[in-house]
Amino acid sequence: MTVPLLTAGGLTKRYGGINACAHISFTLDEGEVLAIVGESGSGKSTLLNILAGRMTPDAGDVRYRMRDGVVRNLADLGEAERRLLMRTDWGFVHQDASHGLRMNVSAGGNIGERLMAIGDRNYGDIRLSAADWLTRVEIDTDRMDHKPTTYSGGMRQRLQIARNLVTSPRLVFMDEPTGGLDVSVQARLLDLIRGLVADMGLAVVLVTHDLAVARLLSHRILVMKQGHVIETGLTDRVLDDPQAPYTQLLVSSVLAA
Amino acid sequence: MTTTYNFAYLDEQTKRMIRRAILKAIAIPGYQVPFASREMPMPYGWGTGGVQVTAAILGPKDVLKVIDQGADDTTNAVSIRAFFARTANVAVTTRTVEATIIQTRHRVPEEALTADQILVYQVPIPEPLRFLEPRETETRTMHALSEYGLMHVKLYEDIARHGHIATAYAYPVEVAGRYVMDPSPIPKFDNPKMNQCPALQLFGAGREKRIYAVPPYTTVVSLDFEDYPFERNTFAHPCALCNATDSYLDEVVTDDKGGRMYVCSDTDHCEERRANGHRGNQLADAPLDAMPRIEAAE
Repeated sequence: MTVPLLTAGGLTKRYGGINACAHISFTLDEGEVLAIVGESGSGKSTLLNILAGRMTPDAGDVRYRMRDGVVRNLADLGEAERRLLMRTDWGFVHQDASHGLRMNVSAGGNIGERLMAIGDRNYGDIRLSAADWLTRVEIDTDRMDHKPTTYSGGMRQRLQIARNLVTSPRLVFMDEPTGGLDVSVQARLLDLIRGLVADMGLAVVLVTHDLAVARLLSHRILVMKQGHVIETGLTDRVLDDPQAPYTQLLVSSVLAA
Repeated sequence: MTTTYNFAYLDEQTKRMIRRAILKAIAIPGYQVPFASREMPMPYGWGTGGVQVTAAILGPKDVLKVIDQGADDTTNAVSIRAFFARTANVAVTTRTVEATIIQTRHRVPEEALTADQILVYQVPIPEPLRFLEPRETETRTMHALSEYGLMHVKLYEDIARHGHIATAYAYPVEVAGRYVMDPSPIPKFDNPKMNQCPALQLFGAGREKRIYAVPPYTTVVSLDFEDYPFERNTFAHPCALCNATDSYLDEVVTDDKGGRMYVCSDTDHCEERRANGHRGNQLADAPLDAMPRIEAAE
């Protein structure tokens, strides 16, 4: 049995009297897609931010197996190490692409930024990588020198994904990646994400309130309510045979397609 | 000289505070040291940072030269020179070789500087990452951790849009292998002069309240890409007055029919060459006194 890529142990976060996360523990293996579902205010985003090192928990820790195989506690990483991890081995896809992109920098520059941040100094090579990634996320390379402000919502989201994946990360956090997109664009984007995740063997922590997204992308699912994990298991099992009353309610509230 | 002002306008405690900032800046080349910038009797943008640095380092025996875009006779240069002549009663000059302190806006003199000289730059925006990352908290962290990938994003954008690195002034440099620094809006033509310069180079930003420095004989490298190396600007014409081919030229529009001439932006350099008998095509064979020298009159 290999060591899991990410291990969360007893994560707890309170905002005043509100329990946003209560003693949450789980593991994530390499290449595994974990969906965190739940209604608004259930603590999904707080949990994601803690996992991604953007927020410190009140109790508990997150351990990550680095590329050299050593398991490190995120809280013990220096800021330089943490930031390096974030822009090489990790990715973070925001719901609103404008938070994850530099809107006044061309698409090519957006993709190239991570490469330049890790010391790439050859314009031609950076350009080739950018073109390659634009193709992989189905954006016409003619649009490479255009700014994301001229892009549609779906294209921005695909560009954001390309920008995150250019350094071949092993773990990507996604916060409602398809939120705010119309249904046909959503379907195409989900298809793309599924393909990339499978091709690259990415591990993903996906936060969504859309059970259809969870079913399509994830292997395992974690249902949250008021800061507690109330049910966890294989996605198909949880969605087809929900045990907890709340999960049953959640599943039954989805309109049959 | 009026006796109502302290020597060089600022009070001694203020000068002491600025000197401490300068010493720290010299100790950490390229690092922006915050300082308690004072209100000066001139508007922000006119060189309040440079003036405060000059006031702090000025001694009674110093000889001061002030240039603005290379010229000794522009409003900014004339008024700052007069300011120190009046408040510090120091000798002033327009000759680069005679000066011990040179305060400059947007140029490095053509004449090679010596170890006995200090060059004081007026800086409008000290933060090279400002236009790509507006959050000061973030840029400070980036400096602290040497995360300078973003600076290359700017150069990347230049090449993607113009086919070459189009940044022509305030061209970012790496100082002593550590901090990335904005050399103030000098043309990139002047960047190589900062490298291994025997003179101390001080940078004062008044509105932004920052001082930084390049100590003598420090390595200053202009950022670039392997396949798009840093290039100095070159000019198609020699100077129309002194025929110099190795100096930075200003384009001067002479009529409304497309007429223009190219002249040295460094007026002292140009005068020196003319005094030595060099003649550009606009001056042809005019006698030596056809264009009198600019005088550093008080």
